[in-house]
Amino acid sequence: MITVIAQVDTAGLRALLEILTLQGGHNTTVVMLGAALLGLAGGLVGAFALLRKRSLGVDALSHATLPGLALAFLLAHWLGVAPNSALLLAGAAATGLLAMWCVELVHRHTRLSEDTAIGMSLSVFFGAGIVLLSIIQASGGAQGGLKSFVYGQAASMLPNEVGITGAIALLAIIAALAFHKELALVAFDEAFARVGGWRVSLLDGVLLALITMVTVAGLRSVGAILVVAMLIIPAAAARFWTDRVARVLVLSGAMGAVSAYVGVAVSALAPRAPTGPLIVLSAGAVFLVSMALAPRRGVISSALRRMRVRMQVAQDHALRRLLHAESKDLHFRCPRCLFSMLRVRGLVRLENGSPVLTTAGAARATRIERNHRLWTQYLISQAEIAPSHVDWSVDQVEHVLSPELIAELESELAAASPAPGAA
Amino acid sequence: MSQALQVFLAVDCMPLLAVTFALLACGLIGNFLVLRRQSMLGDAVSHAVLPGLVIAFIITQSRAAMPMFLGAAIAGAVVALLAELVRKLGRVEPGAALGSMFTIAFATGVFLLERATVGTSGATRQVDLDADCVLYGQPETLLWFDAPQTLASVFSMSALRTMPHQVGVLFCVLAVIVALVIVFFKELRLISFDPALATAQGFRAGTAHLVIVALVAACAVAAFEAVGSILVIAALIAPAATARLCTDNLARQLIWSTLIAINCAVVGYVAGVTLPGVLWGGAAVSVAGAITLALGVAFAGAVVVSPSHGVCARALARRRMRARIAIEDLLALLYRTEETGRTQLPLAEANKTLGAHRCALALQRATSASQVARHNGAIGLTPQGRREAAAIIRRHRLWESYLVEKAGVAADHTHAPAELLEHVRDAGQRPIAPDRGPDRDPQGKVIPSE
Repeated sequence: MITVIAQVDTAGLRALLEILTLQGGHNTTVVMLGAALLGLAGGLVGAFALLRKRSLGVDALSHATLPGLALAFLLAHWLGVAPNSALLLAGAAATGLLAMWCVELVHRHTRLSEDTAIGMSLSVFFGAGIVLLSIIQASGGAQGGLKSFVYGQAASMLPNEVGITGAIALLAIIAALAFHKELALVAFDEAFARVGGWRVSLLDGVLLALITMVTVAGLRSVGAILVVAMLIIPAAAARFWTDRVARVLVLSGAMGAVSAYVGVAVSALAPRAPTGPLIVLSAGAVFLVSMALAPRRGVISSALRRMRVRMQVAQDHALRRLLHAESKDLHFRCPRCLFSMLRVRGLVRLENGSPVLTTAGAARATRIERNHRLWTQYLISQAEIAPSHVDWSVDQVEHVLSPELIAELESELAAASPAPGAA
Repeated sequence: MSQALQVFLAVDCMPLLAVTFALLACGLIGNFLVLRRQSMLGDAVSHAVLPGLVIAFIITQSRAAMPMFLGAAIAGAVVALLAELVRKLGRVEPGAALGSMFTIAFATGVFLLERATVGTSGATRQVDLDADCVLYGQPETLLWFDAPQTLASVFSMSALRTMPHQVGVLFCVLAVIVALVIVFFKELRLISFDPALATAQGFRAGTAHLVIVALVAACAVAAFEAVGSILVIAALIAPAATARLCTDNLARQLIWSTLIAINCAVVGYVAGVTLPGVLWGGAAVSVAGAITLALGVAFAGAVVVSPSHGVCARALARRRMRARIAIEDLLALLYRTEETGRTQLPLAEANKTLGAHRCALALQRATSASQVARHNGAIGLTPQGRREAAAIIRRHRLWESYLVEKAGVAADHTHAPAELLEHVRDAGQRPIAPDRGPDRDPQGKVIPSE
């Protein structure tokens, strides 16, 4: 997208802004609003598909729409009617569902795993679609209309096409909201739902119907290959930010809507280029930002957290070794960076050019030493680990012992000999 | 040399070789994907290599094999690693992690492709790297322009040098994969079936995983321009999945998948080229699509008729088992009747206990095996039937004793499980009677001797 923006320079940028603020002409505006509706539906339904672990099955469904489209086209040709989009989308939904049924059959009745079944049905159905497309092409049929279903071409959408896909998307949104409690229940605790009297297969059917609706609605603007992304990426991105279902739904829907909206707006600048990749790339940008910046699970925050823990551990080790060195009148050469960090925290001071523990430092070092020995003793006396094998696991654990756990260790070991380092 | 042979060499020979090599290479490595339950990794990698290809093309402005190869392999590995990262950090299921990453990668590839096409004033089109070719592939276009004039010169250096380079690349990849699979057969088997044991023995499962991803990427790239990404997915999964339904032995599975790959390549190609003309007088259809369909047909065939794991075979086995259980239940019922002192059981009563359908089935089989005799409206055991019935009852009551004494089941709860277990004939699973076995079961009934 950056390349696009760079190439269209300032005039293009102004044009993009105009389009984004809905001043790009009636047709563009309608297409963009339709795409946003689709993105919202994809985000909502995708969140349920993600929680129910059905994401990759969607890939089979979306690829399998191609033969349906081609068959509907051929049927229309044979009947002598113009191939209207309702007929094409009905054909797409039919073969998509047929493919899902095949996945279910293969998974249930053979020893093959579900992903093998998905891959088989995806490629075979798509292969059938390719064959049908080449037949249409060879017979001189104008298959330009069909090509736009593969990679998506939002710019050439007619208002009535936008109307149909928008209506399907709206229906999916309403149904997803109406069933959100039941779908979440099945996604989180299938057994509980079953015991609670819900027909799980029925609810899975509802979810499949919703997925099919979104897929079919997205064919024209995102394309059969990439429409699966509208169902996976916003939901996976939203998952980085929160653990609560309601928030995942809201975030995922919003992310889907925004990325479809922006993707179509950018593609309006280059009407001949396929829209699908642009929509997926804007969703991908949202995803990468979420992955990098999300507060707890983001790459940056978890890297920072890991670094902090590692630093803490290194400091604790240095303190312990200083304590040992002082008690035995030995000299411990503390690495410079660790020393300066400990000094800033007021745990160590410099005396005659060598590091010495302050009162606070000594107290902390003693506490760590005590944790270390408590845990050692626990492992030897309760977990029956050989004394010569204890050290390694202790070094890992001593830093994460909580005060409650220490109290428990103390009471448990009270019967044994008094814990060393208690003085 | 005949005209037909010359036409074959110039038009059909190279595409046929290309699809065969592609299916063989993908099919072999695909066995390990299917066994390791990573079929969708093939799907993901074959989509994900696209940006690598395009970037390599943009940088070098040529379609030289080596940079394209490197670019694609790197892209495949990066996507696999990113998916792993997303799965860990985002705590989403592996499928969704893979799905989000490879769709983004594929979208990037298609987008860059469009840009590259515009940017280099059609150079990409010129070298035939467009979005359609990526998906469908065009093996039909691999013509051998300077096909040799005589059969003897087919294998001369000069003739081989004029072959389309895709065929050569595919052959090299195939050779590497065959060599690797033969040399590392034991290791691959270990890693596929028991990754934990492999790790404990010092094989790095993670490294092996990356090597397999890289090999899949290599296959995907080599096969890409020849057959397209969709056929790559089918070629990775279908031969292995089909072979998996035909045998339980890895070496045999590899051989089966090879045979299936060759057959489907040839049959699919020939059918795609000739059938439309025969059937409705149309032109040849997409060869990649036709081969995918051939693979689908082979797979469907295996699902239905495979003698060991097919749906038919298993339905038949289930039917046979149901019939045997019905007979055994009938014999046991008659034996218990005899224990109460009656030698005959009215048919109506047997119908009521076993269900009319099962009873009719069992009675028909048991009378023809002369285990049960009819006496107008009532049935009774023949001496032979009595022997078999005693064996069943013995199993039943031994199981009941075992459940009470060894498994701690309450004495009044043993009938239902014993009713199921009595039909297990496998000697290893039967409770072995002690030297002087209990002669009475927990309910105090006599256990028949053997």
